[in-house]
Amino acid sequence: MDRAMKLPRRFASMPIRFHGGIAALIVLLVFNAFFTPNFLQLQTLFVNISQVATIAIVAMGMTLVIATGGIDLSVGAVMALAGALAPLIFLSDLGVANPAFGVALAIILPLIIAGLCGVFNGVMVAVLNVQPIIATLILFISGRGIAQVLTNGNLQTFSNPSFSYLGTGKILGLPFQGWLALVIACILFWVISRTTWGRYLLAIGGNERAAYLSGGPVKRVKIGAYVICAVLAGLAGLIVVAINSASDAARNGNLMELDAIAAAVVGGALLQGGRAPIFGAILGAVIIQLVKYTLLANGVEDEVALIAKAVIIILAVWMQQYRRA
Amino acid sequence: MNALVSMSGIEKSFAGVPALSQASLEITPGEVHALIGQNGAGKSTMIKVLTGVYRRDGGDVVVSGTQSNIATPREAQESGIATIYQELNLVPLRSVTENVIMGYEPKRLGLFLDWREGNRRTREVLARFGIDIDVTEPLGNFSTAIQQLVAIARAVSLDAKLVIMDEPTSSLDASEVEVLFGVVRELKKQGVSVLYVSHFLDELFQICDRVTTMRDGRTVSTRKVQETTKLEMIADMLGRNKDEIAADGMTDFAGAKAKKGDVLLRAENVTTGPRLTHFDLTLHRGEIVGLGGLLGSGRTEAARALFGVDEANGGEIELHNVLGQPSGPGDAISKQIGFLTEDRKAEGIVPEMSVRENLTLALLPKLARRGQIDFAREREIVEAFISDLGIKIAHMDQPIRELSGGNQQKVLLGRWLATQPDILILDEPTRGVDVGAKREIQSFIRSYVENGFGVILISSEFEELVEGADRIVVMHEGRSVKELTNPGITENILVNALAHHEEGTGSWTAQ
Repeated sequence: MDRAMKLPRRFASMPIRFHGGIAALIVLLVFNAFFTPNFLQLQTLFVNISQVATIAIVAMGMTLVIATGGIDLSVGAVMALAGALAPLIFLSDLGVANPAFGVALAIILPLIIAGLCGVFNGVMVAVLNVQPIIATLILFISGRGIAQVLTNGNLQTFSNPSFSYLGTGKILGLPFQGWLALVIACILFWVISRTTWGRYLLAIGGNERAAYLSGGPVKRVKIGAYVICAVLAGLAGLIVVAINSASDAARNGNLMELDAIAAAVVGGALLQGGRAPIFGAILGAVIIQLVKYTLLANGVEDEVALIAKAVIIILAVWMQQYRRA
Repeated sequence: MNALVSMSGIEKSFAGVPALSQASLEITPGEVHALIGQNGAGKSTMIKVLTGVYRRDGGDVVVSGTQSNIATPREAQESGIATIYQELNLVPLRSVTENVIMGYEPKRLGLFLDWREGNRRTREVLARFGIDIDVTEPLGNFSTAIQQLVAIARAVSLDAKLVIMDEPTSSLDASEVEVLFGVVRELKKQGVSVLYVSHFLDELFQICDRVTTMRDGRTVSTRKVQETTKLEMIADMLGRNKDEIAADGMTDFAGAKAKKGDVLLRAENVTTGPRLTHFDLTLHRGEIVGLGGLLGSGRTEAARALFGVDEANGGEIELHNVLGQPSGPGDAISKQIGFLTEDRKAEGIVPEMSVRENLTLALLPKLARRGQIDFAREREIVEAFISDLGIKIAHMDQPIRELSGGNQQKVLLGRWLATQPDILILDEPTRGVDVGAKREIQSFIRSYVENGFGVILISSEFEELVEGADRIVVMHEGRSVKELTNPGITENILVNALAHHEEGTGSWTAQ
């Protein structure tokens, strides 16, 4: 009963930028329906979902980090690192001898390594008080380097249907990674709105000093945010490798940090922290993906698409400023 | 003698809140003029109006006999007003010379820096104050005092007629202070005026000619230092008549006094650093103990030590007869301590969060089952506190930033009452709230104590302390120096205890 009363109010107080995001999405969809050939086809939907899932997954982790008032530049490098490790593991002698075990290990171990990257970032920021942009720059630079060293800079191609399911599988006809992103979003949404950890996360971003003086475990929560962000980046790296049936450490996750930050900001995350709109991050990812797709499908070059992305970010930031003024 | 600077009828508001009203200040040439007042009295605003950082809303500023319209700090400098800020605005990595001549570099052929001339000029300026250092070394290699003197030298080299010093001695040691005082006297001899802002009243007697006291944005008095006393200055700062004894119930604290129970907390000789060097306190159940003292006396530092924010490096803290300082706020809360901080905006509210989320922030560990917040209980508790404390809001999910100061403060008080601490530390609990909310907050505190809890009350308002506290521990320069017991404390006794000690220590560096 209480909840029934609560919901309409929640909706009414839904932030303006969320409405703005939905409006942008509708404009994009309508434009495409009229001008992009074959847009209203199932195939188009599949392509877009499988593309958007990785951006969305990384953007959700980025949203948590941004909620603490931080930023994580290393997500793309962590993707490359996790993506480089997976084939190494299931193509190893051990992996070939025990295929099921090999694939399981090829998923779990890279995620653990990614998590350790997150611990590194988190400790740098929360314990050693290094500025987030500098702290994560370290792995941004070195992570991809490590991935390339691991693979000798070679493209690793493979044929492993069970691993590839991550990127090519379908449930109810829709791409597996789309479902995965949705499940992660639901879990994170629950964590942020229902748990003490989530409450502390927002409090720390909103006023770190006040959160600390109210007994909040500031360091632990911050490190946690970086770890979740890195693990999700690792997962996205695995998905990209699974889609391509190949791991290219030089390209996997390249410029992903920018897409993820853009998606988070378009989705309503405030760079000074205190807000973690998880579904906003998905919306942001969808918008960015659709813009990319729209331009691509209409024969506009990739380079121009980059400019369009920049315009979206400017619009999102402008809307945030406008709202606060 | 004609005034060098004359400010009169100055008005300045920020977002409708008056910071200065009918404030005035007059400085004569070659005078060392002190400007004193409590925090928020308007000293800094006054200086910033004079130096063009703020634009005044009304009033006149006359500099050297002409109406001044200084609009930027640069213009202030050009009309002979130089400011030495607490945080020096110099470049520590560059040489002393570069810092002194910055912006006014001597040039050769109109293009190249003339280093030899620059160094010579810098040495000459410093020599006027008896300072002989290698001017080519980076400024950061020298002590704070020297850096400050370099800042002053820079000001003088720009032909300043008035040098404004904002808390110049706050980071200096005793011998460095002497050097600074020498410089001030030298400036005076050269006919340069000094506007000297300081919390350390003893210093004023050593170097100042006149003292202007501000309170609540107004100028209260201007006196000759030789003809006044410290007690008089304190009385002016606090707005008390030093002869008047006001003991009739002006607060809502007065009333039944609860009986003293067991000892909740004992602190002995606690030290955390230069700002808190010796702190003793015993708190019983059912008791309000006040911490009295002027700004910078170590009241807040004492609270921070008890709450585990600043690590104690000496002394003993005993909670519930168990020895040991809390390791941090989280630990302190689990040991039944609450701490309502002084700075509501910076250390209290999380502005974007709702009233509900703000109120339960310290209670979260107790509200959760396996990390999951019990929303039903949360709403119940918040509901109860909103009605008990009379918090006026539209609904509990309203962002706290939309509330008035008094209601925000009630929410924060609720945050701590909700954790049901045995020991509640309140740092300026009624600062900046309206009279109605103030009385309500005071009566909650009293009724809380009557339920057998202990409160440590920090307040700059003497009537609140005198009437609210069962005992008052008087603090002075990081030390607890005296304990007064109610009934029998009057504001005069408290003011006297503070002022007497001011006089007693003689020097400002009691370390």
